[in-house]
Amino acid sequence: MSAPVRPITATELGAHEFLSGLSARFLHGLVPEAERRELPVGHTIARAGDPAREFFLIEVGKVALEIAAHDRPHLTVLTLGPGEVFGWSWLVAPHLWRVDARAVKPTRVLVVSGTALRRALDAHPTDGYRFLQRLVPILAQRLDATQLQVFDVYRP
Amino acid sequence: MSTAREPEGPVAPSPGHGSPLEPAPFTVRARAQDTRDTVTLALAPTGGTGVRPFQPGQFNMLSVPGRGEVAISISGDPGRAGEWVHTVRSLGLATQALAGSAVGSLVAVRGPYGRGWPVESAGGKDVVIVAGGVGLAPVRPLVLELLRHRDRIGRLEVTYGARTPEDLLYASELAEWRRRTDARFQVTVDAAGRDWYGDVGVVTQRIPDTRFDGRNAIAYLCGPEIMMRLTAEALEARGLPREAIWVSLERTMQCGVGLCGHCQLGPYLLCRDGPVLPYGDLAPLLRIRGL
Repeated sequence: MSAPVRPITATELGAHEFLSGLSARFLHGLVPEAERRELPVGHTIARAGDPAREFFLIEVGKVALEIAAHDRPHLTVLTLGPGEVFGWSWLVAPHLWRVDARAVKPTRVLVVSGTALRRALDAHPTDGYRFLQRLVPILAQRLDATQLQVFDVYRP
Repeated sequence: MSTAREPEGPVAPSPGHGSPLEPAPFTVRARAQDTRDTVTLALAPTGGTGVRPFQPGQFNMLSVPGRGEVAISISGDPGRAGEWVHTVRSLGLATQALAGSAVGSLVAVRGPYGRGWPVESAGGKDVVIVAGGVGLAPVRPLVLELLRHRDRIGRLEVTYGARTPEDLLYASELAEWRRRTDARFQVTVDAAGRDWYGDVGVVTQRIPDTRFDGRNAIAYLCGPEIMMRLTAEALEARGLPREAIWVSLERTMQCGVGLCGHCQLGPYLLCRDGPVLPYGDLAPLLRIRGL
């Protein structure tokens, strides 16, 4: 079942803390290819290996990022809540999801096309740089977290 | 109030209770299986032995006769006299024996030892507590003490991380704490199956969502050293000065009173000068590999 879709405005995009402060020109460029979606509990947003065409900004709810293998149960490695973002593989070739993403609470997200984002980042380098200044620390923090998980620091 | 160490409790057992190295007999009054490998024991004195007052963060030396002795943090309520409560993870000979102790069996106890959390330094400030794994045990008395005197501090934010949902300590008490409206308890696990509906991620990832005023806050951290170091860095990035961060360290402790030197870390003997110490003093030492 597809999730309900609602169009949004540049103001609504800019109200999300990840995009706040970026120029109106930059945000207006995203609007035609952005929307708001309501996701029910259990809704699978993406699976690892799927083409990564969209960037997600959580407004309400909770999303689990999971890894899965055919011979093992799903393992949740991170949950994200309001104000957080996920789905950055549209930026990095080969543009494929690296994890599964699933709504674990009733969730509302802003969804922006990766193509529109790449175009906007190219067209507005100042905003593009600020965008990446926000995205890269998140990726770095998740890399740090992965190190702690790999270390398995609480293991006896 | 400053964050400087204040003389809040005995460094070594008070005089009048016999030698600080002399164990006293206790009986296991109650035993709770917290996780697959961790139990909490309530120990009552046998005979005329009393239970000394303790400072949250201090530890006792526990032993099952003939099975070795080990330092274990006190995890009980400092406001509840008459028994020692210890949470023990079964790892080596001594802890296996302790964790396997049935109700009614004998445990030898000496202590309390060390310097605990500077509770008085929290007065009027926002308090951030971050614990990982069995590191919740040494901060449990601190949490209980702060909750008992809730009006003396600002915000109270407690974040607890464990390996999996099955490894969370004090599950029922955690659920009670999380229902409180005068404090916020965040619980997260490093990984989980789909039957876990809570947060997943390492504790450092909860720090951006932790509410405190960095100009007037104090933090208490307890867990694996790498977790405490990364958490301290995340708190510093949020504006909390290094001087306002306290950590509890673990090394092999033997005498408990600063005589044998087994627990030395740089200039510190952790059994005597710690286990709780200011992160500002320890940060350079924690970066030395192998120390």
